[in-house]
Amino acid sequence: MAYSDKVIEHYENPRNVGAFDASDPEVGTGLVGAPACGDVMRLQIRVDDEGVIQDARFKTFGCGSAIASSSLATEWLKGKSLEEAGGIHNSMIAEELSLPPVKIHCSVLAEDAIKSAIEDYKQKRAARVALSEPPALARAEERPAG
Amino acid sequence: MTLKLPVYLDNHATTPLDPRVLEAMLPYFTQDFGNAASRTHAFGWRAEAAVEDARDGIARLINAESGKEIVFTSGATESDNLAIKGVAEYYGEKGKHVVTTVIEHKAVLDSCKRLEKEGFEVTYVGVGKSGVVDPEDIAKALTDKTILVSVMLANNEVGTIQPIAEIGKRTREKGVIFHVDAVQGIGKTPFDVKAMNVDLASISAHKIYGPKGVGALYVRRSRPRVRLGAQMDGGGHERGNRSGTLNVPGIVGFAKACEILEREGVEEAARIRALRDRLYDKLVKALPRVIVNGDMQQRLPGNLNVSFECVEGEGLMMAIKDVAVSSGSACTSASLEPSYVLRSMGLDEADAHSSIRFGIGRFNTEEEIDYVADLVISKVRKLREMSPLWEMQQQGIDLKSIQWAAH
Ligand SMILES: Cc1ncc(COP(=O)(O)O)c(C=O)c1O
Ligand code: FES
Repeated sequence: MAYSDKVIEHYENPRNVGAFDASDPEVGTGLVGAPACGDVMRLQIRVDDEGVIQDARFKTFGCGSAIASSSLATEWLKGKSLEEAGGIHNSMIAEELSLPPVKIHCSVLAEDAIKSAIEDYKQKRAARVALSEPPALARAEERPAG
Repeated sequence: MTLKLPVYLDNHATTPLDPRVLEAMLPYFTQDFGNAASRTHAFGWRAEAAVEDARDGIARLINAESGKEIVFTSGATESDNLAIKGVAEYYGEKGKHVVTTVIEHKAVLDSCKRLEKEGFEVTYVGVGKSGVVDPEDIAKALTDKTILVSVMLANNEVGTIQPIAEIGKRTREKGVIFHVDAVQGIGKTPFDVKAMNVDLASISAHKIYGPKGVGALYVRRSRPRVRLGAQMDGGGHERGNRSGTLNVPGIVGFAKACEILEREGVEEAARIRALRDRLYDKLVKALPRVIVNGDMQQRLPGNLNVSFECVEGEGLMMAIKDVAVSSGSACTSASLEPSYVLRSMGLDEADAHSSIRFGIGRFNTEEEIDYVADLVISKVRKLREMSPLWEMQQQGIDLKSIQWAAH
């Protein structure tokens, strides 16, 4: 399989490898995939009070395309609002990295990881609000990510 | 430094042509180009003489009774097909049961699948973690309807050597025809069709430093005489077993490759084994959690199949792109399923995804092995730093306790 230059570039110089403390209230964590399937992605976002993603980290067990997809995703996430981040579609990642058809699922995994990190952050935030605010307000915040 | 990149460590897939083989072949493309079936002129006679010499040489390497027992084919895929379908066609009246193993090459397994469609019953005997079949399991699978047993000499993924002599003893006692796919083991581990009671054996030139597209099927002619239904009809070449104009240069090269192995094989195996052990020692000294897949002793000298835990095989191959190896990872296949051989050995699927096959051969050097070892060590470390599984494992989290969303 010949990799595109962009996949190779991200693979050789992956951006934002690492971890945030998953218990930090500002952090949302998405862990998707399965070892048995040969790919596991963990993507984390750090979100400020305005709902803007300040920073992102990933670790990925998978092929070069999976690593490149998650590296690219962390790059794109920074500076985006949660809503904008939720709009990142796998086809955008696949196109940017020129992934061949058999590698599309690597980009799907990255999209899943983003969605799952956002969802995790929102749930945590909703739980936090539930503790400090009246219950009615908490429910209002607790909207599904869509 | 004279190290030339990329380094080729995929000698189970194919091998480079030995320059001595090429030299032997060349005249048969140009001045001695005759058709070995042409009986009326010197061009044909010379080609025929070369082919007959080649038969004898190949027969000698496997200790066959005579060159007449060698049927030339286009490669071992064809040899396997001819052996299995040919026996089924000729002896199908006697019984419709075939015994093989789950770790055979696809050329054997898919030929068996075809027979199943035609009303045969096939027993696929399993192997354990060792990747070595138990001859007792083969014996137990035999019924009075069994006409054929097919077991490989050595596995192409994990290099495990199968107990051919023990199986041959049992099939001979029962009067069942015994086919061996000897492709990977020939010239690297002892193989003797007489001593091991083998009736049919597939071999291929391109796995032993010969040319691609030429192979042979050994077909026993006495005690017992084995007959086949031809799968290729035409001019009646190869005693009617396989029609088609012979690939004379290919056959000459094939025989030259066998001659070199016969002369140098034992010494070469020792040298290659030392390189393999050197690679293995370096890897396990530097890296924790490296699992050897299959029995380490009953193994081809040039094979090392290992899983680097928490590092995906294709990802690693990309990191070591100056080294040609292969992986049992699903990511390398169109099917997205990890190697059926590793899975049938009971390997954890995650570890099957993490497997790398190193295949060391005649032209590899110690310098290359050292380069590969250092490169693999540094890349595995780097990829583990990037692996969420490695991090979790280091934190003592049992990966099996997590509810993974399988997709
Ligand atoms: C065990 C085994 N059998 C059969 C074959 C097929 O051989 P060929 O490439 O000559 O068709 C191979 C090679 O891939 C092999 O490893
Ligand atoms: S992770 Fe398997 S193909 Fe990308």
